[in-house]
Amino acid sequence: MECPQELRYTKEHEWVRIEGEIGTVGITDFAQHELGDVVFVELPASGTSLTKGQAFGVVESVKAVSDIYAPVGGVVVEVNADVGRQPELVNQEPYGGGWLVRLRIADAGELGDLMDAGAYREYTREKD
Amino acid sequence: MTDQILKRTALYPCHRAAGARMVDFAGWEMPISYRGILEEHRAVRTGAGTFDVSHMGFVEIRGPQAAAFCQKLTTNDIGRLRDGRAQYSLLCNEKGGILDDVVVYRLEQRRLAVCVNAANAEAGVAWMREHATDGAEIDDRRRQTALIAVQGPRAAAALEPLGMESPAGRLARFGCVETRVLGVLAVVARTGYTGEDGFEIFVPADHAVRVWDVLVGEGAATPAGLGARDTLRLEAGLLLHGTDMDATTSPFAADLGAFVKLDCGPFVGREALVAEAQTGPVRRLVGIVLRDPGVPRHGYPIEREGRRIGVVTSGGMSPTLGRGIALGYVERPHDAVGTAVEIEVRGRRLEGEVVRRPFYRAPATGSGPAGHAQGRP
Repeated sequence: MECPQELRYTKEHEWVRIEGEIGTVGITDFAQHELGDVVFVELPASGTSLTKGQAFGVVESVKAVSDIYAPVGGVVVEVNADVGRQPELVNQEPYGGGWLVRLRIADAGELGDLMDAGAYREYTREKD
Repeated sequence: MTDQILKRTALYPCHRAAGARMVDFAGWEMPISYRGILEEHRAVRTGAGTFDVSHMGFVEIRGPQAAAFCQKLTTNDIGRLRDGRAQYSLLCNEKGGILDDVVVYRLEQRRLAVCVNAANAEAGVAWMREHATDGAEIDDRRRQTALIAVQGPRAAAALEPLGMESPAGRLARFGCVETRVLGVLAVVARTGYTGEDGFEIFVPADHAVRVWDVLVGEGAATPAGLGARDTLRLEAGLLLHGTDMDATTSPFAADLGAFVKLDCGPFVGREALVAEAQTGPVRRLVGIVLRDPGVPRHGYPIEREGRRIGVVTSGGMSPTLGRGIALGYVERPHDAVGTAVEIEVRGRRLEGEVVRRPFYRAPATGSGPAGHAQGRP
């Protein structure tokens, strides 16, 4: 399972890429593999305020509906329109074209408890 | 807490070797997918897919009363079968509730076979034995028989390397024949559960792996699992027993009245069904296509003008249509084709409409008569 080094990870299998005060959020390669073929993605509108840990959207596979949780609190500034038209991007490019939302991070301190790539890899190994 | 030992078909090693994702289905360890449900779905719609459905039950009925026995246990008219023909039918209880949906094959006048669903196989065979009559020997061949379904517009071509003595391409839709497949006697029927052309091969379990390997190798058929089987049958508008109907459902409610022949002599459940045929069912199974984006699923409410009128029994995103599709029961008269309805998905009402099934109809290929009838799980 791929886990890029520069990202941070949650126990619910979201990743976040931090660039200044903007965090890009998606689900991990482990998560997409567990889910199977993604057929529908439901995301909040730009401008929505999220708190850390809040369920903010849904990724649906053929068989399952999976909530996505905010790794950090903030305001949604951009939503990936491509995954609406091509939900399979979440499977094919979970860290690239399958990104879900971008947030303006409210409190960088909330990033402290996220896992790095090594810790996440260990975490997913235990789950197998 | 009990450790359940799952049953395995003869093809289990092939699935493991192919890296299939396995799942417990009706007590069997079965492949849900190999390379992915959507990829396998598309392979069946555009080429040929091959499914291991050996968990289903194959029971032979032999003797001078074989046809009469099948007639009294099933709702459809066995009298319409000639040698080499199969028909979709239902097994009902005394109340007219559907115990299982089956396909009955007439190989010869004194030799018929019934294919039952995996989940109902034990109960189905027991029920047949309960109603046994002289002159009809029940031969439960489940353990010795593997079942491979090859489905898709290229299905006949995929079967060519099997060297069937009686070529698959010559079988009429719903035809069946006992013939040699890779030199071994097997029953091949032009039946299926995907809405495509296709064949179901009942082969001795000892020879299943050889047949599978040839289909996947020279036949270039794509291994497809139960996940794709479900998305395909839903697009074809076909019901799944245990999900869309059960022993409390009447054939008329399930919109399967076409497979109930009330004028062909007695059968178990006939009296109850004669009564219901007078009044009609209170609710009926319909197909719904969503106009709004979203995925309908089992248990989601169906509404009309803010009032609940029914419930979804099977639903999903149609890979071919790119829209949510569902089967569900609605109160009459809201079952009329064209009725505007809503399906509630996570608190939101998504707009849709009752449509005629199938949701997807395969283009006619010109080979074998195009027939549409409820197929086979």
